[in-house]
Amino acid sequence: MAKITFINHDGTERTLEAKNGMSVMEVAVNNSVPGIDADCGGACACATCHVYVDPAFLAQAGDQQEMEKSMLDFAENVKPNSRLSCQIKVTDALDGLRVTTPESQH
Amino acid sequence: MSPGQAQRIVIVGGGQAAAQALQSLRQGGYTGALTLVGDEAALPYQRPPLSKGYLKGEVEEERLYFKPSAWYQEQNIELLLGTHVPKIDRANRQVQLGHGGQLPYDYLILATGSRPRPLTVRGADLSGVHDLRTLADVERLSPKMVAGRRIVIIGAGYIGLEAAAVARQMGLDVTVIEMAPRVLARVTSPVLSEFYAAEHRRQGVTILTGVQLSHLDGVDGEVSAAVLADGTRLAADIVLSGIGILPNEELAKDAGIACSNGILVDRDARTSDPHVFAAGDCASRPLVHFGRSGRLESVHNAIEQGKLAAAAILGLPRPAEDCPWFWSDQYDLKLQIAGLSQGYDTQVVRGDPASRKFAVFYLKNGTLIAVDAVNSPPEFLASKKLIMSGAKLAPSALIDTSTPMKDIAAQAAA
Repeated sequence: MAKITFINHDGTERTLEAKNGMSVMEVAVNNSVPGIDADCGGACACATCHVYVDPAFLAQAGDQQEMEKSMLDFAENVKPNSRLSCQIKVTDALDGLRVTTPESQH
Repeated sequence: MSPGQAQRIVIVGGGQAAAQALQSLRQGGYTGALTLVGDEAALPYQRPPLSKGYLKGEVEEERLYFKPSAWYQEQNIELLLGTHVPKIDRANRQVQLGHGGQLPYDYLILATGSRPRPLTVRGADLSGVHDLRTLADVERLSPKMVAGRRIVIIGAGYIGLEAAAVARQMGLDVTVIEMAPRVLARVTSPVLSEFYAAEHRRQGVTILTGVQLSHLDGVDGEVSAAVLADGTRLAADIVLSGIGILPNEELAKDAGIACSNGILVDRDARTSDPHVFAAGDCASRPLVHFGRSGRLESVHNAIEQGKLAAAAILGLPRPAEDCPWFWSDQYDLKLQIAGLSQGYDTQVVRGDPASRKFAVFYLKNGTLIAVDAVNSPPEFLASKKLIMSGAKLAPSALIDTSTPMKDIAAQAAA
C-alpha cells in the first residue's frame, strides 16, 4: 500500500490509498482524478496519462522503458520529471509520492 | 426540448462509448437522470485486453472495469446490466426493456457496439468453437487454453493474430487460416502483412493463407478438426473464429433510424432522429480528415463519439475530432496505427523491418494519410498530427532515418 497525492494543475490536492501492483494511472482513473485521460487503458499506446513525479521519488518510480521515453518525447510541456503514469507500478516504496497532473494531455 | 435541457438520458450498451458518454455527461454538468442499459452482466469494461493480457491470465477482471461500482453510485447513475432492449418507441420517446417495462428518455444514446460475424459452416455450433468479443467469451475460452493443445484460429485479422500470439506464448499448437492471400489483408499493406506472417511463423505458428474453410468436424458434439475446401484436415481441440464484426444496428433500423453498414450519424454523433445519438462500433460517422464517412472499430472512435454525443446533448462546444488511431500488441511488437490507409498511392518504409522497429507511411497525392508504426512511437505520434494538418511530405525525407521524426514533422509543419 502507498499513499499517493495527486496535485491538479490549479494546485488542488487529493491523497489516495493505492494498492500495490496497480499503476498510478489506474489509481487516478478509478478515483476520477482530473487531468489524466488514459485513453488506451494502460497499454503505453496513447501518451494521455502524462504526469510530473516529485523529483525525490523518481528513482522509486522505476526505470523508463524505451517505449515510454519515446512517447514522452512527443507530449506537451515535458519536463525532466515527466512520466507516463500507466508505466509506474505502485509499491510500498512509493508511499508519500506526490504527482502533478498537466493542464492538458494534448 | 433544446440541448442543455435534458432531464432523462438513457444509454443502450455498456462498452467504451457508453462509459465515456456517462463520464462526459457528468463532467459536462448534467445532473438529471442517467441510465445505462447493457445486455452484459459485468460492469462496463475495456475490451482490448481480452485478446491480449486478460486472455493470458495476466490481468484480473476488476482491472478491466472503466470505473469501480462505487463510482456509479457516487455519480447517481442507474445501471441496468444483463438487460436487453428489444425496441425503441421513438414516438413516445421510450425504450422497451427485455424483462418488461419502459424507460422514457429526452435523449437516447445507442452504444450497442458490434458482434462477431458468425461462422456459417457446418459444425460451427459444436462445443469448442469460440468467439472472442466479451468477458463471457474469454471465461469460456480461458480454461481450455492449456499448453500442448491444438487451436485453429479462423481469420488473420488483428483479433486472430493477437489471440495466436497469446496462445503460442501459452504453449499451444497454433494454426491460423485465412481466406485472403495474406494476413491483415483488409487492414494494411503487403509489407506489414509479410512482416507479421513471418514473425508468427518464427514463433512457431502455422499460417495458411488463401485457404477456404469447408466445415468443422466433431466427436460427441466436441470439435475435433477444421477441414479446408481442398480436403486438408487440421486437427483441433479448440477453434477460435475471428472473421470480423457486424454493427449492432438492428435496434435503430427497426425504429426507422437511417442505417447503412452502421447507424448513420453526423459530426455530433446525432442520428436521423435528433433525440437519438449513436457512438462507437455501431455508428457510421463522417471521417472529417478523409472526406468520407465510415465505421471505425476502435477505442479512439468510441471515446471520441461518446464525448461528441455528450457535448451535443448538453449544448456544449464540439470536442476535437482526432485523427483515427489504433494499436495491436503481438509478442514484443507494439503496432501503433494513425490514420486510414485506404486509397494510398505511395508507400514509404522507414527503418528496417528486420530490426523489429520500423514504420510504413501511406501517402495520397503527396499527403500523409496513415502510418503503421512497429515499436516506433515517434513515427506514430508525429504522424497523428501531420495527418490532421494535411501535411505534404516527401518520401525522400520520410525514408531518411538519420533525421529524427521530430525534425521531419517540424519541417513539414513549417
